[in-house]
Amino acid sequence: MTAAAIAVAPVTEQALAKFVYTEARLLDEARFDEWLDLFAEDGVYWMPLMPGQTDARLHTSLMHEDKLLLRIRVERLAGARTYSQQPPSRCHHLLQQPDVVEMSPDSGRYQVRTAFHYVETRQDAQTLLAGWATHELVSTQDGLRIAMKRVDLVNSDAAFGNICLFP
Amino acid sequence: MSKYRENAAAIRALVRPGEVHKDLYIDDELFELEMEQLFVNAWIYVGHASQVPQPGDYFTTTVGTEPVVMVRHSDQSVRVLVNRCPHKGVKVAGGACGNTGKFFRCPYHAWTFRTDGALLSLPLRKGYEDTGFEDCEAKSGMATAGAVHVYRDFVFCRLAAEGISFEDYFGGALSTIDNMVDRSPEGRLEVAGGVLRYMHQCNWKMLVDNQTDTCHPMVAHESSAGTAVAVWNRAPEGTPKPMAVEQFAPFMSPYEFFEKMGIRVWDNGHGHTGVSDSIHAAYSPVPGYWEQMVAAYGEDRAQAIMGDVRHNTVYFPNIMVKGPIQTLRIFKPMAADRTLVESWTFRLVGAPDELLARTCMYNRLINAPTSVVGHDDLEMYERAQQALHAKGRDWINVARLAEADEAETLEAVVNGTSERQMRNQFRAWVRFMTPEVQA
Repeated sequence: MTAAAIAVAPVTEQALAKFVYTEARLLDEARFDEWLDLFAEDGVYWMPLMPGQTDARLHTSLMHEDKLLLRIRVERLAGARTYSQQPPSRCHHLLQQPDVVEMSPDSGRYQVRTAFHYVETRQDAQTLLAGWATHELVSTQDGLRIAMKRVDLVNSDAAFGNICLFP
Repeated sequence: MSKYRENAAAIRALVRPGEVHKDLYIDDELFELEMEQLFVNAWIYVGHASQVPQPGDYFTTTVGTEPVVMVRHSDQSVRVLVNRCPHKGVKVAGGACGNTGKFFRCPYHAWTFRTDGALLSLPLRKGYEDTGFEDCEAKSGMATAGAVHVYRDFVFCRLAAEGISFEDYFGGALSTIDNMVDRSPEGRLEVAGGVLRYMHQCNWKMLVDNQTDTCHPMVAHESSAGTAVAVWNRAPEGTPKPMAVEQFAPFMSPYEFFEKMGIRVWDNGHGHTGVSDSIHAAYSPVPGYWEQMVAAYGEDRAQAIMGDVRHNTVYFPNIMVKGPIQTLRIFKPMAADRTLVESWTFRLVGAPDELLARTCMYNRLINAPTSVVGHDDLEMYERAQQALHAKGRDWINVARLAEADEAETLEAVVNGTSERQMRNQFRAWVRFMTPEVQA
């Protein structure tokens, strides 16, 4: 069953949770092209720099990627000359049960908040990041799509080494 | 066993006309000596006056590995104090920044200090009578930087009490700061947009070398900037070019572009790429900005300011400034194999917001720990930091386009793929690591 097919049925809380779990699993399995397909064409992946940040334009962030920038990242991961990914990084998401914050079936918009531990590893080094993912999901004819994935790391303003994949 | 301490000859021998010794990047003793000599004798960037606008405002940071606090004193001047209580050594100013009112108060025993560092009061003062306290180090309060100089709101300090003057140290290199500040219609900058902090497991000088390394972008950044160009080239005809692509694409400019744009060097280790062109030269104009600049400066001067699009200016030892996009990076030494990179951005006061938006995007795309461009570079630095420990070879090569008379020619403009600026940095490194003993 593809990720897209999962949420064609009526959108229930269970379907929203299943979407969030599936999105994480695609990343953990390095199925980045399928993960990219989960984003709406105008979807955004936002990792703020400051806790509680509201301004993504006049304040910088760790990531604020539209689908073009996400596509650049995904294609680069598979590149023959992407030396910083030879060997590749791998990731692991451990999620608390997603909490449906808002359900608006009339407008087809849903908001889900999920606490997570995220591990990224490359060679002998492992990095643990913790935080909350807030998904703004929209209902489309092809199923649920991500309008916005906001990732708030609990230590967002700390000094990090490389973060190569997608918490 | 000491290899370099009190051995100026051994230190000088580490820098040859076309090669530098690997110990510059991997030796712990040399790192300690850099913190004792180079970062004490040279002028080091501390922060920006806009971070401490009101009396009592303070900002904590490091100069080398020395913890300092930059503070606006009651007489409106900016001071740089060593952030260490003279009593038991506690960091008096806590947190990143704040306002301390008229004095600092150490949270351990409540000793207080004026914002120029002078000891103000301490509880139960009678207990120090007839104890020889008057002759103790503690009597003189918090230590201060030897000298502080604020140039167009850029705060620099020299920790050493005596040494080279600010003007002699920077000379004509200050023109980069001038251009960046002049890009504001009001001739003023403000720190804005947040700071990105990126930990690197490599020596700080490896990062500084990279700033004027023009033979690596088209190779090391092929995977990032090259992919951006490839993805963009598939966009439907007529799609407006996104700002992100405008910022990525020039990294893939060919060798000829970098050769022609040139490198300029100044005395004391400063220099910049992009004399006649740069990767920042062709960003889309922001509506209203040119009109503001003409109104502020007149058309000729505005043209001269905007036409100066220099790329990376290294202010020796450890900062890099990009005037055209208003970013400043500090390569903070932490250990021989560890560096914290702080990437700051500025608002051009009076200019349209869109310029700050562009600057914040640039900082994120290129300087964040999530940056694909940053990942390319950090992989190279870490591989170098590891392999430099190999026993079989001792030297790093910096001979590209080396000329015989470089040590005597203090200022020059040369081919943009020269490693001249790296050699310039190393000559300055020797100078400030082995200061002449005053007769």
